[in-house]
Amino acid sequence: MEKILELSKVEKYYGNKSSLTKALNNISFSVEKKEFVAIMGASGSGKTTLLNCISTIDRVTAGHIFVAGEDITKLKGNSLNKFRREELGFIFQDFNLLDTLTAYENIALALSIQNVNVNEIDQRIKEVAKKLNIKDVLDKYPYQMSGGQKQRVASARAIITNPKLILADEPTGALDSKSSKMLLESFNYLNQELDATILMVTHDAFTASYATRVIFIKDGKIFNEIHKGDSTRKEFFDKIIDVVTLLGGDYSDAL
Amino acid sequence: MLFKLSLKNIKKSFKDYAIYFFTLILGVAIFYVFNAIESQTVLLKVTSSTREIIDLMVNMLSGVSVFVSFVLGFLIIFASRFLMKRRNKEFGIYLTLGMSKGKISKILLCETIIIGIISLAVGLLIGVALSQLMSIFVANMFEADMTEFTFIFSSKATIKTLIYFGIMYLLVMIFNTVSISKCKLIHLLQASRKSENIKMKNSVVCLITFIIAVCILGYAYACVTINVEQLDTADKIFIPIILGVVGTFLVVWSLSGLVLKIVMNIKKLYYKGLNSFTLRQISSKINTTVFSMSIICLMLFVTICVLSSSLSIKNSMTANLTSLAPIDIELSKTRNISKEKQEEFSYSDEMVAESYNTIAESLEKVGFDLQKYFRDMVNVNIYATDELTVEDTLGNKLEETKELYPYLTYHVAETIMKLSDYNKVAMLYGNETYELEDNEYLIVADFEQWINLRNPALKDNTIITLNDKEYYPKYQECQDGFVAISNNHINAGIIVVPNHAVTENWLEEEKLLANYNAVNDEERKEIENIIINLNGDGIYLNASTKLSIYEASVGLGSLVTFIGLYLGIIFLLSSAAILALKELSESTDNKERFNMLRKLGTDEKLINKALFRQIFIFFMFPLVLAIIHSIFGIMFCDYILMSFGNEQLLPSIIMTAIFLIIIYGGYFLITYFCSKNIIKETL
Repeated sequence: MEKILELSKVEKYYGNKSSLTKALNNISFSVEKKEFVAIMGASGSGKTTLLNCISTIDRVTAGHIFVAGEDITKLKGNSLNKFRREELGFIFQDFNLLDTLTAYENIALALSIQNVNVNEIDQRIKEVAKKLNIKDVLDKYPYQMSGGQKQRVASARAIITNPKLILADEPTGALDSKSSKMLLESFNYLNQELDATILMVTHDAFTASYATRVIFIKDGKIFNEIHKGDSTRKEFFDKIIDVVTLLGGDYSDAL
Repeated sequence: MLFKLSLKNIKKSFKDYAIYFFTLILGVAIFYVFNAIESQTVLLKVTSSTREIIDLMVNMLSGVSVFVSFVLGFLIIFASRFLMKRRNKEFGIYLTLGMSKGKISKILLCETIIIGIISLAVGLLIGVALSQLMSIFVANMFEADMTEFTFIFSSKATIKTLIYFGIMYLLVMIFNTVSISKCKLIHLLQASRKSENIKMKNSVVCLITFIIAVCILGYAYACVTINVEQLDTADKIFIPIILGVVGTFLVVWSLSGLVLKIVMNIKKLYYKGLNSFTLRQISSKINTTVFSMSIICLMLFVTICVLSSSLSIKNSMTANLTSLAPIDIELSKTRNISKEKQEEFSYSDEMVAESYNTIAESLEKVGFDLQKYFRDMVNVNIYATDELTVEDTLGNKLEETKELYPYLTYHVAETIMKLSDYNKVAMLYGNETYELEDNEYLIVADFEQWINLRNPALKDNTIITLNDKEYYPKYQECQDGFVAISNNHINAGIIVVPNHAVTENWLEEEKLLANYNAVNDEERKEIENIIINLNGDGIYLNASTKLSIYEASVGLGSLVTFIGLYLGIIFLLSSAAILALKELSESTDNKERFNMLRKLGTDEKLINKALFRQIFIFFMFPLVLAIIHSIFGIMFCDYILMSFGNEQLLPSIIMTAIFLIIIYGGYFLITYFCSKNIIKETL
């Protein structure tokens, strides 16, 4: 299988000599095409740092990150921006929709900054809106939508550019359980039907159980890794809980 | 402790305060500079007539200062409210830590005092420095000698500035305390999370409102331009003013929604780059600030009109002098006062008796040597008779004219001159001379409105009758010229007729026009003083001299210029500062939005372009509307100031534009660079 993402010996340090924090300590793993990977860990484990490094929002201290064979740690300035808008799709915990724009315009923005022409924008938005079931909220403003709707609009914005990799940072963090479920099901749909590759950071076992693989991080290092395989979501959830228990008591917020 | 906290707060948020600070300092400096003019003019060596005008100006400036302090007071309260909003979260944290609202008020009090002291100190320093420049300008304006430079510090202006701004800061403190005591903790903490409610206005309502607004404005414009003659009483001017204010408000209200709707329908434009984002930003900002936008627009409008008119008055007043006062002195005397006239105007017997002497005779009587002091003398007579009134010269056009100008008096005798007399004057002045057939007449005038009033009658070949003889107009329009020297075009019309048409007992006035027999200004002033001292010797002479006309117009021009500059700069400063503060106070929201765009992978160049456009349109919107208003406003000012001779409009408009570009443009650039700095933060 084609490797979409490959991390090799990634390290990220914060602070100075007297008090050095190793947020990421020699992390290596890879994500293949059409995979749905969840990264789990407690607060402070380094999972958000990891995501920030992959998304080029932050820079690594050492090591390399390859996206579709390209070393993104070497990108600079506008080529970084170009990489972000063409190869990556983002979904954030707090949605990060622009409150002055309607859902439609929010989604369109991702395309218009790539200079896609108007007719194609319209066509693609209609298509994706149908798939994510957000057709009736397209003309609404973020403040008129529920959390779930907002997150699905954000997902639509993330996938509309056909990115190689979708990065999701605690996508269910601000959602109630029903909306979470709906969102995760649409992630599954994106992953299985549209062949989207998704890398999701979460601390919630239920959310993680929708992924095909879960990587556990503790203190900046990979602690464990489990595959869903042929197991049902319920069985996979139980497996995750086992690992979480192993990770220690400080993980009591997992459920 | 509280003091330390306040000081740190100011230091920390200096970036946000910079523009506020800058505006306060400028406000203080300008306030000082214009109030210090009094002490600067005290030292100037000027004539007594100029001194009177300076005193009048000083009084008016201090009156205007009261108004200016109101404007600045509102600005400061407005600005501090913006800055308070930005700090809601900070106050929320203080409250959750258990600090009482009283203590927070005290922190704010400390801050206001610190800011007040610093801004006053720096502002006064700058003001004192600027006022040295100003004194050169003042001396220049009043054409006074500035032989030696003296450093002037006006303690009176300083104390006045301290008191006025002290009161303003006191008001700010009271305002802050009230608003702190009213706020709720939950609102403070959630202030940043509150997302804006965008209410899209109904486009049909917008369109209808816009059309109504345009009609209202159109009517107001027409009132002050095409139908300006109908504004004959002072109270009628309030109609277009009120309509203009309402129209401006409605245009601002409707236009933002309308433009958004229109551009949204041009999908190619709307969904290109960050256009949709920029447009939405602007429209939401304008939507939430319709009121202040309208005020700013009106302030800019007043600024443009005041600046360009006041500058043009000064220009035109002095520019006309060389052509309209070509000689040094014009002596005139009412002649041959009849019994009826004496009763009508209750002249004294002495004056009536004196009126039968010529000017030369009168001067000889008091021992004034004409030949010694004057050269280029021209002696002419002015005639008037009830046989020829304005009604007669208007002929068939009388009714028409009466409809247009209903408030003029038409039953008034025209001024008549013999052709030979007029030609003598014209030769002396270097104006055109004329020839007339035995049955012809002509009218010389240079007052534009009167020319417009008279020309139709001349075109109509209106015949006038003098001593039962008919005269035809030689020309179909008024000829340019004048006899009385002045600083403006005020010759409403002189009927020039062949010499034989005049009967000597119509004699009304005698004029003696002459230059002084002098080689330099000093000698001229000496002669002028001798003539001024002649008055009171019972010879009933009226003198208007080039020198006095010059001083009066220079003085009046300077007075208007100073007041115009003062008001204009303060208005400009206030409106630019409000826009800048509004833009900067929202930069925190913007920062999040722009960060969002960066995460989506938008190029830095595109982001900067969007920011620039956003601020540019935000600044330009009220300005463009104000400029459209001003076109008509200046036309109206032009009409009102016609008697001042407003030929010099273009240079003053250019001057106004320079002021506008420097102050308004300066604020725009500062705002752009500050905003850019704020949103620059890395991801």
